[in-house]
Amino acid sequence: MKHAVALFLLLMAVWLLNSGHYTVLITSFGVVSCLLVVWLARRMGIVDEEGVPIHLLPRLPMYLPWIAKEVVKANLDVSRRILGLGRLNISPRLFEAPTTQRTDLGRVLYANSITLTPGTVSIRVHGASITVHAIADEVADDLLGGEMDRRVTRLEGGGR
Amino acid sequence: MAGPIEVLSWVCILSGSVFVIIGGIGLLRLPDFYTRIHAAGITDTLGSWLILAGLMLHEGFTLGAAKLAMLLFFLLTTSPLSSHALAKAAFLRGLDPLQGRDLVDRHEVDDIA
Repeated sequence: MKHAVALFLLLMAVWLLNSGHYTVLITSFGVVSCLLVVWLARRMGIVDEEGVPIHLLPRLPMYLPWIAKEVVKANLDVSRRILGLGRLNISPRLFEAPTTQRTDLGRVLYANSITLTPGTVSIRVHGASITVHAIADEVADDLLGGEMDRRVTRLEGGGR
Repeated sequence: MAGPIEVLSWVCILSGSVFVIIGGIGLLRLPDFYTRIHAAGITDTLGSWLILAGLMLHEGFTLGAAKLAMLLFFLLTTSPLSSHALAKAAFLRGLDPLQGRDLVDRHEVDDIA
């Protein structure tokens, strides 16, 4: 129920911000369509901790600034490699990154964080490990250092 | 006379454009499919973020800025998904990445050995 209410509020916010028409008739159409979507989503069985992960919200403000900083750093790093004169300073590598997340949602967040950071792309998630392609050895070693893994596990509610 | 916010907005938009161009140069310079995804990643992340941030500063505190923020959120969640889908499709079809500083195709090495 908690998740259904959260989903409705989210849909309503998106509707209100995108509509721009606030007469009673039009707004009630919006309310009805949001209710319809929540009902459909419940019927599909996707209104749960995984589909509407509100339990992550309190810890998200800790994670977002960190990942944003990492993405900016990675952007500058890859830009430098691309613009470097002469031979490209790259050494691509395919490797397995271990994960410590408890849930599928946590692993998805980790894999997406890896892909969001330029220089690393997650290619396959199988069981508890992720196949990653990195543009250079240093980038790969940095990821294998495991800080991102630890932070996603903490975001998910596990770890220290 | 442009105010400081206006100046900041243009700085964001222009530097975002520079990153989009760097991504384009990367697409041309990098050697294979997998490394080119990383160049596209620059366009997807810092390039689009800076341009959207610049447009939000330009808009000020309006409904338009809220919509741009929404756009930023959707880009943030969908762009890694599309990169991953591309990479996974290529990998499952058996496209081998060039690896190491010498950019060797692992399969060719196996054939010679």
